[in-house]
Amino acid sequence: MTGRVTAGLPRLEAAGLDAWMVRLFATIDEANLPWLTALSRDCEAAFGEALVDLVPSYTTLLVVFDPLKLDPELARRRLEAVLAGLTPDADAMDGEIRELPTWYDTSVGPELGRLAERAGMSVAEVIGCHSEALYRVFALGFAPGFAFMGLLDERLECPRLDTPRQRVPLGSVAVAGRQTAAYPAVSPGGWNLIGRTAARLFDREREGFSLLRLGDRVRFVPVDRATFEAQGGDTTPMGEEAGR
Amino acid sequence: MSQRAVPGFRVRRSGPLALLQDAGRFGVRHLGVTQGGPADLHGWAWANHLVGNSWGATALEITFGGIELVAERDLTLAVAGADLGATRDGEALPGWQSVAIREGQVLAFTQPINGLRAYLAVAGGFSAEPVLGSVACVVREGLGGHDGLGHTLAEGDLLRVGEGGGRGGDVRSAPPTERPDYRQTARLALLPGAQIGGFTGRSLFDAFNAVWRVDDRADRMGVRLTGPRLRCRIESLISEGIGLGAVQVPPDGQPIVLLNDRQTIGGYPRLGALTPLAASRLAQCLPGQEVCLAAVSRERALADYRRFRAVFAGVV
Repeated sequence: MTGRVTAGLPRLEAAGLDAWMVRLFATIDEANLPWLTALSRDCEAAFGEALVDLVPSYTTLLVVFDPLKLDPELARRRLEAVLAGLTPDADAMDGEIRELPTWYDTSVGPELGRLAERAGMSVAEVIGCHSEALYRVFALGFAPGFAFMGLLDERLECPRLDTPRQRVPLGSVAVAGRQTAAYPAVSPGGWNLIGRTAARLFDREREGFSLLRLGDRVRFVPVDRATFEAQGGDTTPMGEEAGR
Repeated sequence: MSQRAVPGFRVRRSGPLALLQDAGRFGVRHLGVTQGGPADLHGWAWANHLVGNSWGATALEITFGGIELVAERDLTLAVAGADLGATRDGEALPGWQSVAIREGQVLAFTQPINGLRAYLAVAGGFSAEPVLGSVACVVREGLGGHDGLGHTLAEGDLLRVGEGGGRGGDVRSAPPTERPDYRQTARLALLPGAQIGGFTGRSLFDAFNAVWRVDDRADRMGVRLTGPRLRCRIESLISEGIGLGAVQVPPDGQPIVLLNDRQTIGGYPRLGALTPLAASRLAQCLPGQEVCLAAVSRERALADYRRFRAVFAGVV
């Protein structure tokens, strides 16, 4: 592997009996994606039937295999060989552009005011700032189809809530730190809510299941209440058992 | 499953938590979908094995007890894992062996006597429509189980089984060495991980010498252990994939062992990972029970796992 080099990386780390952690980078960067994509592809080819799961994240790839089909030491050697010949996947930066129609409103985005106050902006300016950017999907996790996207304009940077909510409604659009996301299902959550989308983020009937994939680029497109409702969105305000 | 499914049991009374589990949901973790599957692989594998099912067949994981099932037909079944005081028409039902139940008889589980999770397998396996390639029931994700929607069993639900499961045959039983006494203090084998060097010397000594108590914050996602506060020079990491049995240590210094329904990625430093069999053993501990952590080599852990799996390889 040549190119962006940090001392001591890439590195293989023990991660249990059935997995190796491949640590490629030390920092979050869009430029990590072509390497992570290439590594996933090459691991599929190198492990074949013995591969169980690949879990990419911002700087790492967890490679899970069946230790009965492939001895962990042999797996390590295969990974070393893959890393030695790794070249970035040029197509990775061209991920699909997905649009998430979003109804930004304080009734479903109770932290809009908090963000505006911190940034010294009006709520309308916060909405403009969040929706103008094109975000990259850096990782999927937390819940099926939950995409960690970035990087958020630093003026909107905002810590997580001190006390996470027990129940964040389906489709909630949220920010935390310099990341943004939309909740694919009702779940607990500590991010700041700023709106809601009617997009189906995870659908078991859909090919590939998840609307958003690693490397995709995402734009939140502001829509009004009527459009959001017509798309099947739930307008129940926060605190009134929304998202059933 | 190409086999035809027929009614097997009707739920007469639901308990706190009863979930269908096959081996787990694989190949979709990159989408944020968790692994699921039996929290105690050992008990689940034996229950299936005792009724002649091959590896991966769907069994019912019963936590705490409290559930009553009425047989809809004559069936061969086995209960392994925890002793939850199972009865058949009021008579004690022997665990760790195949037994017959006749149509109309009631199979009831009461409360934990030894261990926390019992596995009920029927010859032919339980049958349900796979979701994302698996029947594994994950409540938090709303995936899998008898209805495909990740629901725990409720009163009136019907459990279907593979046809032909009623055949009798010889009684099979597990050797006594395979029936753990879950009330004993468990020594949990741990494979040291990459961040182990980030922990202070004192914390490493404590981790492997202290007695840890299973907290009541314990479920299929993870089990929190309480004891001496472990200190790690690394406070948090960029989120990354987490394997089964990973022992993560948040800033409060109290480790959390991540089990089958864990989040796919996370950002706390880790001592390492329990072996699959150690994670299974922990899943049988009740809150308040004591456990110890013991570092183990990969060679040793692999040998133990191979020996365990060899029992179930290709025998029907």
